[in-house]
Amino acid sequence: MTTISIVPIAIIGLLGIGLYALLVVRNLIKVIVALQILVKGAMLAMVAAGSIAGKTEVGASMALTVIVADTIVAVVGLALAVQIRRHFGTLDVRAISTLRR
Amino acid sequence: MMVHVLIVVGLLVSAIQAIRAQRLLHSALWLAVTSVLVALEMYLLGAPEVAAIELSVGAGLVTVLFVFAINISGEEGLAGERPAPLIVPRPVAGILSLVSILLLIWMNLDILGVPVPAGEPLSIRSVLWENRMVDVLLQVVLIFAGVLGVLGLLAEKPAAEFQSAALRGAEPVHLSFSEEEPEPLPDHDVELEGVQQEPVPALAQEESR
Repeated sequence: MTTISIVPIAIIGLLGIGLYALLVVRNLIKVIVALQILVKGAMLAMVAAGSIAGKTEVGASMALTVIVADTIVAVVGLALAVQIRRHFGTLDVRAISTLRR
Repeated sequence: MMVHVLIVVGLLVSAIQAIRAQRLLHSALWLAVTSVLVALEMYLLGAPEVAAIELSVGAGLVTVLFVFAINISGEEGLAGERPAPLIVPRPVAGILSLVSILLLIWMNLDILGVPVPAGEPLSIRSVLWENRMVDVLLQVVLIFAGVLGVLGLLAEKPAAEFQSAALRGAEPVHLSFSEEEPEPLPDHDVELEGVQQEPVPALAQEESR
C-alpha cells in the first residue's frame, strides 16, 4: 500500500515536468530530453499498473516495447537535430521555420 | 518505504534539473540519472528484466547517443539569444500542464481502490512471445527504423552534400519568387503585344471596310 501511494507521485511528476518542458523548451535536443522524461513517466506507470494488478509480466512486456520505441524516437530525433544544426546553423525551434510571413 | 521516497524525490529533482540545466551535456547526464532511478524503481516494483534493459538502454545507449549528438552539433545553450519569445508563454504552459495532470489524477483516482483479481503468474517470456507477438514484430520494424536513424546521425558528407544540394536547388525557387516574377511579365507583354498588334490591323481593315 505504501508503494502504491508513493509511485503515482513520481509518475505524475514526470508526466507534468515532461509536458511543461515540451511546451516551453526551444532547443531541439532539449525537446528530445523532454520527450524522454515524458515517456519514462508512462513506462513507470505501465510497470506500476502491472505490479498493482498482480500481472507484472504484462506491464513489463509493454514497458519493453515502450523502451524500444522510445530509444528509436531518440535516435531519429537526434539525427534530425544534427542535420538541422548542419543546415540551419542553429538548434532553436523558432529559428528554423522557413514558413514565416 | 524510505527507499521509495528517496527514489521518487531523486527522480523529480533530476528530471527538473535535466530541463533546467543550461548546458546540453548536463541535461543529458541528468536524464541518465533519471533513467537510472526509473530502472531502480522498476526493480523494486518487481520487474527486474525491464529494469536491466532500461538501465542498459535508457541510461547507457541513449546517453551515449545524446553525448555524440551534442558533440557533433556543438554546445549551443541558446543563452545569448533571448529576444525571440516563447511559442507558448510560461504561465500558459504551466497552467496547461497542471490542468492536464489534475485531470489525469481525477480520472484515475478510483483505480487505486479497486481490488484486482490476481491472475496466474506468467513468465515474461511467455507473455512476450505468445500474448504479445505483434509487439515483438513491431520492435523488429522499429529497430530497422533505428538503424536508418543512426545512419542519418552518422552521415557526415554524403547526406549533407545531398541535402545542401537539395537546398541549393530549392533556394533559387524561393529567391526567384521576387526575381523571376518580373521575367515572365515581359514575355506576356511581348505575346500580348503580338496578339494585340495582329487584331489591330484586322480591326482597322474591318473598320476600313
